[in-house]
Amino acid sequence: MTDVSIRTEDLGKRYSIGERPYRTLREALSESVRVPWRRRATRGSGDGNGEDKIWALRDVSFEVQEGEVVGIVGDNGAGKSTLLKILSRITEPTEGSATIWGRSGSLLEVGTGFHGELTGRENIFLNGSILGMRRDEIRRKFDEIVEFAEIGKFLDTPVKHYSSGMYVRLAFAVAAHVNLDVMMVDEVLAVGDAGFQRKCLGRMDAAASEGRTVFLVSHNMTAVNQLCTRALWMNHGHVQLDGKPQDVVAAYLKHGGSESGEATWSSSDSAPGSELVRFEAIRVKSRGEIMSQPRIDEEITIEVDFSLLRDGGERLAVNVYVLDSYGNTVLSSANIPGASAIPDPWFGEPHDAGLYRSGCTFPANLLNDNQYHVTVHLVRTDDAHVEATATQAVSFTVFDTGRMLEGARAGAEWHGAVRPMLAWRTEALGAAREGALAETRSGPSSHHPITRA
Amino acid sequence: MTAKPRVEIRPTRGAVALDLPELWAAREILMILVWRDVTIRYKQTVLGALWAVLQPLLMMLVFSVFLGLLAKVPSDGLPYPLFVFCGLVPWVFFAAVLTLGSQSLVQNEDLLTKVYFPRVLIPTASVLASVVDLGFALLILAGMMIFYGHPPGVEALLLPLGLALLFGYALAAVFWLSALNVRYRDVRYTTVFLTQLLFYLSPVVYPSTLVPEAYRALYGLNPFAGVVEIFRAVLLGSSYDLGLIAASVGVAVIGLATGWLYFRRTERSFADVI
Repeated sequence: MTDVSIRTEDLGKRYSIGERPYRTLREALSESVRVPWRRRATRGSGDGNGEDKIWALRDVSFEVQEGEVVGIVGDNGAGKSTLLKILSRITEPTEGSATIWGRSGSLLEVGTGFHGELTGRENIFLNGSILGMRRDEIRRKFDEIVEFAEIGKFLDTPVKHYSSGMYVRLAFAVAAHVNLDVMMVDEVLAVGDAGFQRKCLGRMDAAASEGRTVFLVSHNMTAVNQLCTRALWMNHGHVQLDGKPQDVVAAYLKHGGSESGEATWSSSDSAPGSELVRFEAIRVKSRGEIMSQPRIDEEITIEVDFSLLRDGGERLAVNVYVLDSYGNTVLSSANIPGASAIPDPWFGEPHDAGLYRSGCTFPANLLNDNQYHVTVHLVRTDDAHVEATATQAVSFTVFDTGRMLEGARAGAEWHGAVRPMLAWRTEALGAAREGALAETRSGPSSHHPITRA
Repeated sequence: MTAKPRVEIRPTRGAVALDLPELWAAREILMILVWRDVTIRYKQTVLGALWAVLQPLLMMLVFSVFLGLLAKVPSDGLPYPLFVFCGLVPWVFFAAVLTLGSQSLVQNEDLLTKVYFPRVLIPTASVLASVVDLGFALLILAGMMIFYGHPPGVEALLLPLGLALLFGYALAAVFWLSALNVRYRDVRYTTVFLTQLLFYLSPVVYPSTLVPEAYRALYGLNPFAGVVEIFRAVLLGSSYDLGLIAASVGVAVIGLATGWLYFRRTERSFADVI
């Protein structure tokens, strides 16, 4: 039997908008002289549904059992962070209550309280104790933390001299060794390079298996899917859906994630273009809908709307570039017949002024579960002159359903910018050749395509 | 199985009681914050902790020349350098605490918005961090007392009374100013001005006996006047005015109580408005 770890009842948080975060004394003084009764009145009234108040969170009730890993998904401003901050006791609810059983702490950023002038060693103690570790606990885990952080001889160097990678590694190492019953985690996984992110995901996985309760806010749907035992979708301050991560994530993605999946230019001034041609919109679509987080096993279409502004038979080509989050070009394509699976009859023909839509479709299971950016060029075919450029106009994140990991170890990760499904076949060729054993031993065994996080 | 700690989160209303168990549980964080502030203060300085004693010594030199020697400000019959240094030792501490303490919450914004522990630890740590400097300054003062032939007597055992008033006043000021500063950034400018004003309102460079006797209790409404009065009385054997000291203690106690209440009332919104 498990115990309840977190229980919230009708939790709500109201913020005042319009009011500047901090005022000058003069304003406050003159205000309290002019309307001494008004403040009291608004404080007293129960609802206070004034125009300048918004509920960031309202009527949120749920129960979390010990050992559950709950992922919170939702758009920016949906109340995820507010919920996390209330449960971390950083901010107070306006109404309702929450109860937490066990030692709880929050990891809302990596390296809270880190000070540049202090050495790595000193920051371990400072950060650890701020995150809720006792001094003897830090001392006991000190070597482990240093080893995890891989900072070695820089232990007694002020962290301001660290590279950003070392800084993040040290900060995460401390956070990863905080041993609390209930942990609130916000986007901590969004730091560092891909390799380090994998390491962090591994730690989260371990935390869960040790029976700790983890409350995780993330924009990384793959992480939510793989790590969490349950997910909450927050929408406009309410819990929209509470259930299995796969179901919740799918419902959330269908509704449209935080990336819009579409770039439009409302005015002709802001739209990239020339006197000849101008961009109108660029969209990422999957299953016929605009989608910022298309599934890995569905076709993805990039759709480009543009206006040709001059009559007289211009010939244009549309070039599409897909870049990874580091800006490397993963692939490029154009609607020239020789490079198309299905030739585009529009290409090579002269066209008059008008609005045109060009689209190219990527097969399912081509891109990996990363974030990608789309750059589009409109090129005059006669002299290869680039007329219009929309640089990284839309972004999308390929969402991994997890099917390609069936049969692989838990927490495994695919390397590479692309992830096609290839034909595989292995045959038995008879008896082993002599000396074959020695040959395989010397092979590059470390380059496995799949690694455990 | 041991019972797990339970935390209730709900809107607080009205005055908030002192949560002593929680403060006790957080003592290690207080220590580490004090240690951090002390460590950082003199990092990458050439003279390091020497600044703690250089500052009051240089001030003493200037005041001794211009006020003691040239302006002939009275000094209760004591050598002027010794007289003024006895006032400067608590003053330098107090001025540093006002400056650092009033900024403490704003400067620790990342702690306020990212992690929970009793917020009152932050301004308290900023006061405690200056205690080390005060200790050094007191040692120099003891050396000067011996040099000028006024070694500390048994009355010096009463110094903790003066220190208690000093810490009480410092905490009161820091609770008020740091909490106000979260919402009203005017405080930073006000504090500079306030510090100068309090300096001249306190008997640091002149004796309190210059103030007519009838007005001494009124004069004591600035608790720092009481601090210097006690310091000079117990260390240098100067005469003292009980009315002045009583007024100072009264204001400090009221200031500490209201400062605490104001801090606890406003801390719930620190993370939202900072």
